[in-house]
Amino acid sequence: MAIRDLSQLDALHIDVLKEIGNIGAGNAATALAQMLNRRIGTAVPNVKILDISEADRALGGPETPVVAILAELYGDIGGIMMFVVGKSSAEQLLRELLGGGNADCLNMTELERSAFSELGNVMVGSYIRAIASLSGLRIKMSVPAVTCDMVGSLLTVPVAEIGAVSDRILFIEDDFAGAADTIPADMLLIPRLESLNKLMNSLGISL
Amino acid sequence: MNQFITVSISDMKIASSPAAFVTYALGSCIGICLYDPAAKVGGLGHIMLPHFPEDGPEPQVNRYADTCLPAMVAQMERNGCLRARMTAKIAGGAKMFEVADDVGFGNIGARNIAAVKSVLQQLQVRIVAEDTGLNYGRTVYFYTENGVMVVKSFARGVKTY
Repeated sequence: MAIRDLSQLDALHIDVLKEIGNIGAGNAATALAQMLNRRIGTAVPNVKILDISEADRALGGPETPVVAILAELYGDIGGIMMFVVGKSSAEQLLRELLGGGNADCLNMTELERSAFSELGNVMVGSYIRAIASLSGLRIKMSVPAVTCDMVGSLLTVPVAEIGAVSDRILFIEDDFAGAADTIPADMLLIPRLESLNKLMNSLGISL
Repeated sequence: MNQFITVSISDMKIASSPAAFVTYALGSCIGICLYDPAAKVGGLGHIMLPHFPEDGPEPQVNRYADTCLPAMVAQMERNGCLRARMTAKIAGGAKMFEVADDVGFGNIGARNIAAVKSVLQQLQVRIVAEDTGLNYGRTVYFYTENGVMVVKSFARGVKTY
């Protein structure tokens, strides 16, 4: 049986996705630590399947300003991954990446935008490498696009764009904790359903 | 002051004066405000996609322009509105992300705008104001007292239509 909707995933499927989230977050933390040149730990990621409206509540309400870094996935797995960071945490990240400055994400410079795009490359890349090495599937990603706006206006885009049949998304909640402070960040994975079926099959899990 | 009626994603509501609506953070989605100034009845719909799919497992009428709008017009008519008096104000349909190596990505906003306009034309409802396209999120307030639509965004501040 092929799944047609994320709500058809059972506990086993969620566990598999959690494990992927775990490995992906571990890889991402290592990559982030190298970029920022400091220690970064991760909490165990929380994997949930949420409606868009629940997801924007989880992120502070629909009008909360966030920076979203979005990459399209191609190859054996199609879909969209989005890395979401609250505006002030994102600005703190920018200061670390670029060595100071007074960043305002609502008025990003080209340099700031490409710093985020590179960050997205590293973070999303870590996740897809985790998925790829577990499943043996080939996955490629686009150059990440970066936008700062109301979280609600950004979350609907991947769902609308892949013409998903329901408003549910896979929500991987990660906190990246450094020595001094925690960077709350969330990773959203919106797979095309046929890709999710392929992924589960390649891991030897029947649906 | 009004207590706002919240219209969520893939949702549609009708109310009469002095009710006011809000729908938050439209990106590529579109908010459609229909109004009959004589009956002082208004409706707000928040659609996400242009066309109702043939075989969706969860048929949600208000998610799609071509099913939400006819239902909205019919419900307004049942509430004493006349089609000939109805006007529409629309907002949203932005392109929120520019994916460098995929020019087709993000066109859903433009397709939503086109679908909303063509469905409204078929329904013979005039569009009297629009704040659509470009690349930023919008929150829409709509007042049934006077038919005013207010659009709020980080990019442009507050605009009244």
